[in-house]
Amino acid sequence: MGRRVGLEVSLACAEAVKLCNADVIAAYPITPQTHIVEHLAELVAEGHLDAEFVPVESEHSAMSACVGSAAAGARTFTSTSSQGLALMHEILFITSSLRLPIVMAVANRSLSAPISIWNDHSDIMAERDIGWVQTFAENGQEVLDLMIHAFKVGEDPRVNLPVAVNMDGFILTHVIEPMVMPDQAEVDAYLPPYKPSQWLNPAQPISLGMVGVPEVYTEAKKANLVALEDSYPAIVEHWEGFAKAFGRSYQPIESHRTDGADTLFVTMGSLGETCMSAVDQMREDGRSVGQVRIRLWRPFPVDDFLAAIKGAKNLIVLDRALCPGILAGPVATELRALLYAKGVRPFVANFVAGLGGRDVTRTDFVAMLDKAEQAAADGQEITCQMVGVKE
Amino acid sequence: MISAAEALKDFQKITPKNIPLVEPFSKGHRACQGCGEVLALRLVAKAVGMDMIAVSATGCMEIISSPYPQTAWEVPWIHVAFENAAAVASGVEASRKALIRKGRIKDDGAKVVAFAGDGGTADIGIQALSGALERGHDFTYVCLDNEAYMNTGIQRSSSTPYGAMTTTSPPGPKSRGQMTWKKNMPMIAAAHNIPYVATASPAWHIDLMNKVKKAVTVPGPAYVHIYSPCPTGWRCGPEVSIETARKVVQSRVFPLYEVIDGRFVLSRDIKKPIPVKEYLDTQRRFRHLGEKDIAYIQKRVDDDWARLLSLVQATNPVAAE
Repeated sequence: MGRRVGLEVSLACAEAVKLCNADVIAAYPITPQTHIVEHLAELVAEGHLDAEFVPVESEHSAMSACVGSAAAGARTFTSTSSQGLALMHEILFITSSLRLPIVMAVANRSLSAPISIWNDHSDIMAERDIGWVQTFAENGQEVLDLMIHAFKVGEDPRVNLPVAVNMDGFILTHVIEPMVMPDQAEVDAYLPPYKPSQWLNPAQPISLGMVGVPEVYTEAKKANLVALEDSYPAIVEHWEGFAKAFGRSYQPIESHRTDGADTLFVTMGSLGETCMSAVDQMREDGRSVGQVRIRLWRPFPVDDFLAAIKGAKNLIVLDRALCPGILAGPVATELRALLYAKGVRPFVANFVAGLGGRDVTRTDFVAMLDKAEQAAADGQEITCQMVGVKE
Repeated sequence: MISAAEALKDFQKITPKNIPLVEPFSKGHRACQGCGEVLALRLVAKAVGMDMIAVSATGCMEIISSPYPQTAWEVPWIHVAFENAAAVASGVEASRKALIRKGRIKDDGAKVVAFAGDGGTADIGIQALSGALERGHDFTYVCLDNEAYMNTGIQRSSSTPYGAMTTTSPPGPKSRGQMTWKKNMPMIAAAHNIPYVATASPAWHIDLMNKVKKAVTVPGPAYVHIYSPCPTGWRCGPEVSIETARKVVQSRVFPLYEVIDGRFVLSRDIKKPIPVKEYLDTQRRFRHLGEKDIAYIQKRVDDDWARLLSLVQATNPVAAE
């Protein structure tokens, strides 16, 4: 069952695309995504992956070429970061509306200005509403596994949606990690070749991307909304199938030492592992703290989240992006709205940490817990508080 | 890859006797009366045939052909956005190439054809087009040039001719209308050293269809630039659409030519051109122009024609002797 390797996470991501036998890769280079597409170009050039590598002239064209490719029936992959994702913005909505199961690896990076190649979640948080399935990886193994899962989910006839797998730029993409690389036969058994129900086929013509007059536009959008909501069972089912096939199990929301904890950290992405180790330390120090990690961001697993935070008095929600003009980060904004609607009212402290590659350490987590507990006791608000900002 | 000339060695010409009867683009669409663009589109579709995969940019032809749940397309058709028809076509072509090679679809010889207006080509889509031409995808790009953003209500583009009145280049005491010379898209396409470039006018429909047929026959990228009269935007009667499309050629304002493997070939040598004024007079978008403006246009048209002839001579050394 697979073999243990030490590999740079970007290369593992590319190897996953190879294991999934992608037919077309259209990509434009941007730091820190480059190692992923460089390795794919190499795999194609060496004949290890039988695919068309389309070296497009922009990310806008990358996503546009992906739309054409998927519409013509190919298993299609692209990858980008930051400004590149922002340049794709227009096409991302069309991709999900046309129900095309493209898979994209997003090596998360901050947005300009000032220009910064380093990691945060500004890029993807600006694309929350694109109608894609969106997952967040915590480590190299997860990147590899979520990539394989992404093709499986997107191409499920019940889903037919694009999937974005988020991985923190540099912090994840550029580190070498030990991981289990699945065998080709295992992946083939899990992920059969893509069989679209319809495609741009001269034998059975279809028109794609038609005009939506006011009489049909609302219904078309409703259908998109339902499609994304309805993708949830398939996502979970394919994680269960993944566990059976590969022996590694994934949940939409993961809990770490939440039992009886008064306060829970809520994290996404690679910060989760730092937080986990900080929580372990704090538990040893007798603090009543645990952690909840959001792996599935879209569709948001509401019930899983509510179950995971049940009984917690305080939540510390970490954001790695800003929502200027409203004093909370994007994750906190959403979770507060959700909790309010569900009548669940823990104290929600919101910190913004790790912007533009700023390190977030275990000590920072301890300080956040101190502040949150104090504020909860004092009835003070903590929202959009920037960790480590020099003022 | 074989050259365009080689690929066209046994080219079966379309003649008035064997005009294809197929209509990949059907009637019942919602274009304006006298629309030269939709006529050109229909002729292109006939020349390509039923094994076409069409990619449309946003624009007049897209909106008039696809009001859901109706479609005028009898062939597979996709519209994604305004500026990316060439990129989408790249993806379709790459997809088919991979799937045919991997034995997942059969090689049905389908032809990928991208359509865009002049704005979607010369302005917002020029980057995607340049990229696709440079990468060498096997597809044909058809620019249906009606010389302004007609779909949004007659705003100027870089393909709007000098002096033309549009809603964003209105003539007034401080303006003569469009103050810049029309961007030369066919020459820009030719500068990519692609196998085949052509210009066409719906007034010469057989010539137009043959050029399209050649474009889809040659391997690699081909570019066809079609002058497409827009009575609504040009302020002329629907009945003069074709007359306009004829006079633009006869006045040398829009020369008909091909660039085959870099070799320039005149489709019609206009030995006795009509004055440009005669062409300009067919449309009210030029009616504010005075003698000085018209003289300026005439001079530049003469210069452009001379430059084109020099290219024909330079790239046909034998014929020049």
